[in-house]
Amino acid sequence: MNPAFSSERAVAGAGDYEVIIRPNTNWLRIDWRAVLEYRDLLYLLVRREFVSKYQQTLLGPSWFVFQPLLSTFVFVIFQVVAKISTDALPPVLFNLCGLLAWNYFATNLMAASNTFTNNSQLFGKVYFPRMIVPLSLVISNLAAFGLQFLMFLGFFGYYKIFTSHGHTFAMGWSALFLPLLVLHVGVLSLGVSLWMSALTSKYRDLWHLLQFITQLWMFGSAVIIPLSAVPARWQWAANFNPMVAVVESYRYCLLGRGTVTVASILISAAISILALISGALIFQRTERTFIDTV
Amino acid sequence: MSRPIIEVSHLSKRYTLGSIGATTIRDEWARLWSNLWRPPDGKADGASARLEPETKSFWALRDISFSVLPGEIVGLVGRNGAGKSTLLKILSRITEPSSGQAVLRGRVTSLLEVGTGFHPDLPGRENIYLNGAMLGMKTAEINRKFDEIVEFAEIRDFIDTPVKRYSSGMYVRLAFAVAAHLEPEILLVDEVLAVGDAAFQKKCLGKMGDVAKQGRTVLLVSHNMASILALCERAVLLGEGKLLDDGPAGDVVQKYLQAMASKEVVDLRSRQDRQGDGEARLTSFRIESEDSGDLIRSTSRIRLTLGYNGSRPLKFARFMVAIHDFRNTAIFLFDSGAAGGVPEQMPREGFVTCVTDPINLTPGRCYVNLAIFRGNSMSDHIEHAATFDVEADDVYGTGKVPQREEALCLLRQKWSFLGSEDDSPAEPKISSETPAAAGVR
Repeated sequence: MNPAFSSERAVAGAGDYEVIIRPNTNWLRIDWRAVLEYRDLLYLLVRREFVSKYQQTLLGPSWFVFQPLLSTFVFVIFQVVAKISTDALPPVLFNLCGLLAWNYFATNLMAASNTFTNNSQLFGKVYFPRMIVPLSLVISNLAAFGLQFLMFLGFFGYYKIFTSHGHTFAMGWSALFLPLLVLHVGVLSLGVSLWMSALTSKYRDLWHLLQFITQLWMFGSAVIIPLSAVPARWQWAANFNPMVAVVESYRYCLLGRGTVTVASILISAAISILALISGALIFQRTERTFIDTV
Repeated sequence: MSRPIIEVSHLSKRYTLGSIGATTIRDEWARLWSNLWRPPDGKADGASARLEPETKSFWALRDISFSVLPGEIVGLVGRNGAGKSTLLKILSRITEPSSGQAVLRGRVTSLLEVGTGFHPDLPGRENIYLNGAMLGMKTAEINRKFDEIVEFAEIRDFIDTPVKRYSSGMYVRLAFAVAAHLEPEILLVDEVLAVGDAAFQKKCLGKMGDVAKQGRTVLLVSHNMASILALCERAVLLGEGKLLDDGPAGDVVQKYLQAMASKEVVDLRSRQDRQGDGEARLTSFRIESEDSGDLIRSTSRIRLTLGYNGSRPLKFARFMVAIHDFRNTAIFLFDSGAAGGVPEQMPREGFVTCVTDPINLTPGRCYVNLAIFRGNSMSDHIEHAATFDVEADDVYGTGKVPQREEALCLLRQKWSFLGSEDDSPAEPKISSETPAAAGVR
């Protein structure tokens, strides 16, 4: 009657697929297989984010361009007034580059840190690996990153060709590492978001605190004050904040100036991966019974 | 064929009642603070006691075991709160059990709601894919069935219209069409057949029947005994979290209906919390549906039977039954003194009965107060003598049941469009009503 069905059964083979439902076992197992199985849903959710963000409103995408411009404007004034070095780079490029790295991180955090609370209605009605939701947000935010990157390239070109500062910066072969850096930020922000999602599902007011923390975090992430402006004997402390190495690497790759070593970037990567794995564990722990407490 | 496709063993689920610890950092901080300032063995004063988490809990499921063979369609029946939905939620992996385990040997799809994850801004086409994917379908699978789904939902012309402009009927049809075309080995369904108009419901029942013929396994929760009997060979009866019966659907449904009916006889002889002079006492109370003989539904007529016992024959007796909702709002007062019908002289003991018109109440719980008067003096008065549940009924024939939160009473009604002010032709049939949709933000 329905040939498609029977063929699929033959392929799937009833019985080779087994789900065992038990209380709290396997604390340390992350179900990546399930995430992979729902990759079609991941794709559709990313697409849905795009459509709802970019198709419906004109202001949505333009905000992603204006926000870093406004921030840059404010930062430049601050740097001039406080006489903060911009690593001998044109201040506008210095700030746009740092914000390029930072904004993707912060946007991900803001979007994905409230996963359980925002989706409690949906999560009460259908099962799919909950991780798909923050993952889809982190991926769909790449669109905003792309827009900001294009804008950066525009300013880069302008400063290179039309100003006398053209010789102070250069984009070398190291720019090819950019995709890796983006991935790095993605992993770190996903890890932190998973942690925060688990925590905000218990403490609802943490969400407001998070916005404040993110602001503070930015000031300590070499976005406004480069690591080179920090006294040398304090620079080791930057290793505790994985975003410092990332922001400095962005400037090193895209503008040729940055205080970054292989060791510092490796430490940052290690912290990021650790954050993702521990975040995934605590997230999965929460997803098992979260719905009982809403 | 011999190996069960669903194997549930000793499954239990305990819910904690009240607040579970603190829910905000502020509360947590306040609790920590108050604990610091209080000696650990000291008596809790009112304020800090309130900050302690409550540890009351109840078992939504208690030691449930059963197994289902491939191709079986099993109905899950039981009163509200019997644990049916909790069981489905555990099997759908929405929440996990407190103890015990369940093994599912096949791809599972659960249908606890229609239109899960529908996004109002997206057109029907996109929503079919999104909803399908959430229910576990692969994009390739949806591609293959896309035309069939659109055909089934009868929305061909509106496939590229955002679903927020759909009428609620179209919305439900589309949502069900996606669900109906799922092809998992195990399908868990909760009450979703209760949506849509009668014709569409019939179509859905047909579709479910086909599903069964294709050898898939279905676990179905329904309050509609007719659809349980039509679809299932086997049924499982749950009550207060325990498995009460498991067997052929006909027998189990029979048992369920009997249990529902007999439950409504309340023995009042042991009640101490009475008022009145005690010249006559109420001994029993029974409430039942006058129409179908099973559940009391929104439009059922009800029959109330009161047993009484007095020290001597009653003169000018007056029986009163007051029905309240949970806020203690009086809904009805059935008063034999006002309505008449009870003879002036009555024997020392006996029964009186009262049959009403359709009650027209929205589904929910009702509370009963009883009283006997002799002339003007109150002989007996019992508050909260009984409770009963009004079950949902498809009053309007649209499948949309008014809820208790919206209103207490309901009336059949007729709506029509009169014409617009400038007398231009009516708007096309797409209504602007936006059904609530659960969406990922």
